Amino acid sequence: MRVGVGLPSTIPGAPGHLIVGWARRAEAAGIFSSLGVLDRLAYDSFDPLLALTAAAAVTTRVQLATAILVGPQRNTALLAKEAATLDALSGGRLVLGLAVGARKDDYDAMGIEYATRGRRLVEQLATLRDTWEDGAIGPRPAREGGPPILVGGLSDAAYARVARYADGYVHGGGPPRAFARAADKARAAWNDAGRPGMPQMWAQGYFALGGESAAETGTAYLRDYYAFTGHFAERIAGELLTTPQAVAQFVRGYADAGCDELILFPTVADGDELERLASALSGLATIEIPATSATASANAAEAAARRAGQP
Amino acid sequence: MKITILGAGPAGLYGAILLKKANPLHEITILERNAPDATYGWGVVFSDRTLAAFQEADYKSYKAITDRFVLWDAIDVYYRDELLRCGGHIFAGLARKQLLALLQRRCAELGVSMRFNTEVADVAALDGGYDLLIAADGVNSLVRKTFADIFKPSLVPGKARYIWLGMEKVLDAFTFIFRENEHGLFQVHSYPFDGTTSTFIVECDETTWRRAGLDAASEDESITYCERLFAPELAGRRLLPNNSKWINFVTVKNATWRHGNIVLLGDAAHTAHFSIGSGTKLAMEDAIALANALDTHPDLDTALGEYEAERRPVVELFQAAAAESQSYFENVKRYTRLTPVEFTFNLLTRSRRITYDDLRLRDPRFGNIVDREFERRYWAGQGRSIFTLIAPPPMFAPLTLRGLRVANRAVFTPATTGQAVSGVPCTGDALELARLAQDGAGMVLTEPVAVATEGRITSDSACLHEDEHLRAWTRIIQAIHTQSPAKVAMPLNHAGWRGATRPRGMGLDRPLRDGAWPLVSASALPYTERSQTPRALDRAGMEGMRDVFAHSAHLADAAGVDLLILHMGHGYLLSSFLSPLTNRRDDEYGGTLEQRMRFPLEVFDAVRAAWPHEKPLAVALNVTDSVRGGFGPDDAATVARTLKEHGCDLLVALAGYVVPQTEMPYRRGFLTPLSERIRNDSGLPTLVGGYLTTADEVNTLLAGGRADLCLMLPPQETRTRSRSAPTVATDAREARATADVREESMPEAGTPAREVRRVEKKE
Repeated sequence: MRVGVGLPSTIPGAPGHLIVGWARRAEAAGIFSSLGVLDRLAYDSFDPLLALTAAAAVTTRVQLATAILVGPQRNTALLAKEAATLDALSGGRLVLGLAVGARKDDYDAMGIEYATRGRRLVEQLATLRDTWEDGAIGPRPAREGGPPILVGGLSDAAYARVARYADGYVHGGGPPRAFARAADKARAAWNDAGRPGMPQMWAQGYFALGGESAAETGTAYLRDYYAFTGHFAERIAGELLTTPQAVAQFVRGYADAGCDELILFPTVADGDELERLASALSGLATIEIPATSATASANAAEAAARRAGQP
Repeated sequence: MKITILGAGPAGLYGAILLKKANPLHEITILERNAPDATYGWGVVFSDRTLAAFQEADYKSYKAITDRFVLWDAIDVYYRDELLRCGGHIFAGLARKQLLALLQRRCAELGVSMRFNTEVADVAALDGGYDLLIAADGVNSLVRKTFADIFKPSLVPGKARYIWLGMEKVLDAFTFIFRENEHGLFQVHSYPFDGTTSTFIVECDETTWRRAGLDAASEDESITYCERLFAPELAGRRLLPNNSKWINFVTVKNATWRHGNIVLLGDAAHTAHFSIGSGTKLAMEDAIALANALDTHPDLDTALGEYEAERRPVVELFQAAAAESQSYFENVKRYTRLTPVEFTFNLLTRSRRITYDDLRLRDPRFGNIVDREFERRYWAGQGRSIFTLIAPPPMFAPLTLRGLRVANRAVFTPATTGQAVSGVPCTGDALELARLAQDGAGMVLTEPVAVATEGRITSDSACLHEDEHLRAWTRIIQAIHTQSPAKVAMPLNHAGWRGATRPRGMGLDRPLRDGAWPLVSASALPYTERSQTPRALDRAGMEGMRDVFAHSAHLADAAGVDLLILHMGHGYLLSSFLSPLTNRRDDEYGGTLEQRMRFPLEVFDAVRAAWPHEKPLAVALNVTDSVRGGFGPDDAATVARTLKEHGCDLLVALAGYVVPQTEMPYRRGFLTPLSERIRNDSGLPTLVGGYLTTADEVNTLLAGGRADLCLMLPPQETRTRSRSAPTVATDAREARATADVREESMPEAGTPAREVRRVEKKE
């Protein structure tokens, strides 16, 4: 399993230089395979695609993943252009995770009817690849067929969308066995649809490794970030990984459940958190250390071939 | 805090005990409309896992409960005048009356005020008298009704009728009795509870109930009827009334369980069908969670939220299992085709929480009977009466279809789609098939093979209609037959309106940009908004198509295919005729089901004629289109029975894809219920997939008579890309994922006898 790290782009008050520096140092740490972002509109947070673009400018190797982007809130033609742009600028490093999201206030703020989200996502998924291939709305993405698309969600409709339109599934968080159950469903849908191979499996978790005070700050952030879920926020905050041991077990659990890439998101706007995570991860046997940039492109090509179902 | 509890059932009493213990300063009052010793119902059952939770929550009441209860570990099934026993399940039963009495004593000891014979007619009358109102007022909760706009309750009555009786006979096992008479099929759920009496629940479907005149029968008349019906099992003992009526089980769900300082507990919040015996257990566990939450969180709103967040997922899992169990008993008539061992195994594994491996562990003797019976049926199918002393697990029993003998029940198919050039399969595909054959499959399944160039799904699809195709397939199949005992199955397909799409690496049903060919279908409708509009097949086209299928069948025989599968599912050409959503024809090939199946049947007959008599012919059929207005299980049953008359030997159970936006309840084995249904309805053997990866899944499915062949995923495709051992990882993951529901409750659960677990907190 590969491990990525999230940008602190949705932690209120995180300064711009922290985000950009974080991206640069994350790549330099060598152990992370991707940088992830979350998507929230009506919140003190950075735009996910712009944050990834800034990260792209200061990195050359890591994948740049949205986990997830609330697709239905965005105009599809514009999203197609932005994604193609980011893919082209980054040399083919974008991984586009899309889902309907769960925040009605974001839809309200965007002026898009919440009830239409499923339909809009389906239409968007059906359109994105065609737009990238048509070329009428440029630029050409760096890779033929465009960046890989992941779909998130826990409904049968979400798994059906993974199977019909996407390259993989992105899980929204929780203990490994919650992921295992969801991953089984995504694989079942994929396999039933006659898609070749297996869907890519992405997942995420939260960490705060700077001792008790960091754990408190992180918990407070999660409670606030997920306040809209009501009492579930407490649950999510309770799953915060606050020790290297917790990180190791979490990583192992996800690897055993068949996760391909696990993105760990910070909850404290503190640059030292990145080193703490890297140190907690170093030496774990289940982690695939990313290849250097020389072999990365060869691997990317192989991955693309595998996605296309070629032996 | 001033706490008012409505209802002195197990939930209310137990809640009062735990809250008072946590904080003796709470002023707790229980209001109950009945007298302290009035109770309806007979015994209640707990698993040892629940008892462990009781032990932790309040040792004194736990001790009082365990001092009184009756323990047993067997399940007896009476069916077709045979008795089958399966041991190793642990149950503890106790009279509901005793449970209430001991909880009342404990309440009194702790200083909880209990006011019996106190009818509350209006919740508003209690206003101001409490800081927290706990509605433990049961399935007909007044509080829930009063605030229906907040709780948004859903009350769904079951289809079956049941009556709750006692029996003056001591049982040594949880007992199921199935008895058919001139009125219909009746079943009994019976279990001991107080050393002298047993609970005796009689259940039947609505039609049977009316036919037996029980809709007009008094309590005495009902008892007389049941005593006569179950005379052999009762052996002269009497059935006992307790204000007993024939009722429908009502499943209660609520959108929320709390409203300000009011909270629902137990049956008021949720019910789960009695056949998994979890009602009292869930209610008392609610009380534990509520007391814990109130103890942990000083803020009432947070505490009630935490209580619901903790309990809801657990309750939903049990309600899902209960729904499966309930549906089983409502449709039990469907299973009467099964032999007693199969029937019993099916019954014990009905809600998926117990598997073949679990039963084997609990009762090796029963496991052996299951294996031996499975093999006996194989020999019976051969016209031989052999009942061997030892037999392999069902997965490794052979299967015979006409002249074909398949060595085991595992079917593998390549996980990659083919890379055929001009319809000729490439070497890579051939090697993959051969490898799967050598990896132990009883049978390998090729990708769907097109009967014509225009019938291909993608430009990479393999075909079988020209000499070049025949030569390639002959080479591939010969290699498999030389190198392994595996048989080769091939689906013959015409993609119809789902044709001319791009390879599926980047999505399904994306039309080819260049080089698309004209499509045909039952009607001129495009599959997706972006798809080409097909031409509706005319009579001449249909005749040509029929001949094309027959020609390919002929070539398939020449190539050495062992089992031919005619593809009538997933929205492809023949499927488009069957489904009312896609067949809008106004000729004699559209309209009624009989007319819609006419063309697929013509093709079937032509293929059957072209295909050697000694070789089996299968049909891949949607058991449901899984979309409103589509083809459903009853239609599929009609088609399947007709196909059987026309010489079909096997069905491949499929679902969906007749229109693009279909979704199914995806999970491991999600197609199994459909396979079981069509197999029972038609009497035809079935092959089923639906993401099966373990031998345990396959054995459970086969031994319960749910399918005859299983399409398994090649293990190397299910493994993680981590460096940990793949098979072990898969199994461990599974074990963890299912551990939480498996271990609980009766009668098919109960924890394995040797193991007593402590209660696990949430994940």
